Amino acid sequence: MNLTLKVWKQKNAESGGKFETYKVSNISSEMSFLEMFDVLNEQLIREGKEPIAFDHDCREGICGMCSMYINGRPHGPWHGTTTCQLHMRAFKDGDTIVVEPWRAKAFPVVKDLIVDRSAFDRIIQAGGYISVNTGNAQDGNAIPIPKENADKAFAAAACIGCGACVAACKNSSALLFLSAKVSHLALLPQGEAEKKDRALNMIAQMDREGFGSCTNTGACEAVCPKEIEITNIARLNGEYLGAGLASDTRKH
Amino acid sequence: MNWSQFFTSSVGKKITMALSGIFLILFLIVHAGLNACIWANDGGVMFNKAAHFMGSMVVPRVLEIGLFLFFLLHIIQGIVLELQNRSKRGVGYAVKMGNRGSTWNSRAMGILGALILIFLVIHISDFWIPSRFGGLQPMFIDNASGQIVPEGTPGAKEYHDLYGEMKYQFTEYPWIIIIYELGVIALFWHLVHGFQSSFRTLGLTNHKYIGLIKGTGVVYSVIICLAFMLMPLSFYLGWIQ
Repeated sequence: MNLTLKVWKQKNAESGGKFETYKVSNISSEMSFLEMFDVLNEQLIREGKEPIAFDHDCREGICGMCSMYINGRPHGPWHGTTTCQLHMRAFKDGDTIVVEPWRAKAFPVVKDLIVDRSAFDRIIQAGGYISVNTGNAQDGNAIPIPKENADKAFAAAACIGCGACVAACKNSSALLFLSAKVSHLALLPQGEAEKKDRALNMIAQMDREGFGSCTNTGACEAVCPKEIEITNIARLNGEYLGAGLASDTRKH
Repeated sequence: MNWSQFFTSSVGKKITMALSGIFLILFLIVHAGLNACIWANDGGVMFNKAAHFMGSMVVPRVLEIGLFLFFLLHIIQGIVLELQNRSKRGVGYAVKMGNRGSTWNSRAMGILGALILIFLVIHISDFWIPSRFGGLQPMFIDNASGQIVPEGTPGAKEYHDLYGEMKYQFTEYPWIIIIYELGVIALFWHLVHGFQSSFRTLGLTNHKYIGLIKGTGVVYSVIICLAFMLMPLSFYLGWIQ
C-alpha cells in the first residue's frame, strides 16, 4: 500500500517543531508500524536526508519505549496494543497518517518523536520499590497470597510505563501509571513495609514533575496498551487517604 | 504529612472537590425537596412555611453558612484545578482524541461549572437575596386553618411570599425560564460525571459497587434536574396557581 505520512519534526527540546510530509510506497499490510518507519528512514537516508528519530526497543510490546500518537490516539487505532504491535493492516491504501510525539510538559521532546520520560523513573525511585532481606531467597510459597489479589497485582504490574495515559489525558495526568505501580505493590504482602509512605512519596514526586491531576474521564484506560484499569486510580486514592490521614510525620 | 500538604497535593485537591461536591449533592436533595412543596398547589402556603422554617431556624442557618463555604471552596478549587490542568500540555495535538475513551461532559466539567456559576449568581440574586434581605411581599396565613387571610386578621402570621415571587418571575418573563432551563441542563451534565467521580476520588474500587454508584448517579441527576426543570414550567404553563 502507498501512504502519506505527516510526521512531527523537531530538532531538540529548545527549538520549535513542525510537520513534514512524506510518501511511502509498497508497504506490506503485514509490516508493523515501526517497520513502516524503518522503510521510510532507509528511504530518507538513501536520499541524503535526516531520518526521523523515534523511540523503540523490544518491538514486542513489553519494553514501553515506543510512543507515537497516531491519528489522534496514543499507540494508534487498535485497542490494547503498543505502536510496535500495530500492524499496517489497520490502515488502507492511500491513507494519510498523522504522527505526533506524546504531548505533555512533563515529557519534553528530545527530538522528533522521542520524548524524555525520565519523570516516570523518578516517580518510581520515590516509592515504587519494596524492602527485602539479604541472604538466600526464601521459599516462593512461604507467603500465602489470595489468588484474587495475585491476579489484580499482576494485572497492575503489566504497566510498561510507556506514558500513553499521560498522552491521552486532557490534564496530562500520570495517575493511571502511578496507580498501577502503587496497586501492584499495595495488593501484595511484600509491599507492606513501605505501604504508609509509598503513595504519599510517589504522588509528591509526580506533582514536582509537573503532571496534571486526574478528573476521572477514563481516556487513559481506553488507550492503555496493557489495559490497566481505572479502578487502580480509585485504589491509589484510597491508599493516599489512608496513608495521609494516618501519617504521624509533619513534613513529607 | 501535615494537613495542608494532605489537601494541597494533586490528589488532595481532588479530595476537596469530591467532599465539597458530595455536600452540594446532598444540598440539592434538600433544595429540590423543599421546592417540591410548590406542587401542593395551595397558593404557596406549604412552600412559604417551609421557606420560613429554613430561614428562621438555627440549624438550617448554620448549614447555610457551611453551604456558602463549600460552594466557594468547590468553585475556587475548581477554577484553580482547571487552570493548572490546562497548563500541563504545552504544545497541543494536531489531531484531537475527541470522544474516544471519555465522555464530553467529563472533559467539560470546568466549562459546565462556569455555566452553573453564572446561573447561580442570577439565581441567588433572584430569590435568595430578596428572601434574606427584604424585597418580598408579605403573606398572612391563619395559624389554625392554614388558609391565606388578609393582613390584620387575628391569629394570622406573616410570611415572606417567596412563592408569589417565583410565580411572578416564571409567568411574566419567559427568558428567565430559558436561563433556568439551560442552567439546570448544565447542572445535569455536571452531576452525571461529578457524582460517580467523587466516589472514585474517595477510593471506591470495588467492581460490584462502581456500577451501583454510576447508576445511582444517573438516577439522582435525572430526578433532581427533572424536578428543577419542571418548577418554572409548572408556573408558566399554569399547572399550579
